[in-house]
Amino acid sequence: MTVAQDIETKLTESFQPASLKVIDESSQHAGHMGARPEGETHFRVEIVADAFAGKNRVDRQRMIYAVLKDELAGPVHALSVSANAP
Amino acid sequence: MSENPVLERIKGEVDENEVVLFMKGTPVFPQCGFSSVCVQVLSNLGISFKGVNVLEDGEVREGIKAYSNWPTIPQLYVKGEFVGGCDIVREMYESGELIEYFNTNGINVELANPE
Repeated sequence: MTVAQDIETKLTESFQPASLKVIDESSQHAGHMGARPEGETHFRVEIVADAFAGKNRVDRQRMIYAVLKDELAGPVHALSVSANAP
Repeated sequence: MSENPVLERIKGEVDENEVVLFMKGTPVFPQCGFSSVCVQVLSNLGISFKGVNVLEDGEVREGIKAYSNWPTIPQLYVKGEFVGGCDIVREMYESGELIEYFNTNGINVELANPE
């Protein structure tokens, strides 16, 4: 399973999102600190789910970080997040 | 949290400075695109801030993640409160919320002249 698929699976299971996009932006960071030649280091997540209703931005992003903590501690160098309620 | 000297040091920084950005690199020479975005936003608003370069101090680099329960850098603090990382700072800037936030906290905003 690729890192992107892994992120998508975990977020889907945890939040049953109304919409979810996992975008690999690693190529924009090739050669930067934290980049690896094989890519899959920099991601952008755009997620819409009921779970974020009534939560502020910091809490929403913390919820996502918690679900993806293994990835953040491992292969993922940067994760950009846009999380909203429907 | 008072037992840990690194967390005490971090608390000292955010208590002593109204606006603090924990970042990779310095405000003049950011070494990470996400840190650079935050510096740019603060500069556009004419906010004077203290930049803390986590690349110079491994203890602070790890400690700041525990301090705010936030695993990434940059991190912006205003009047001791954690505001957010790069995504949140950018979203708040684009929506105008950030200016309001600084105004509410009594921090002087001077919009840079686009000329």
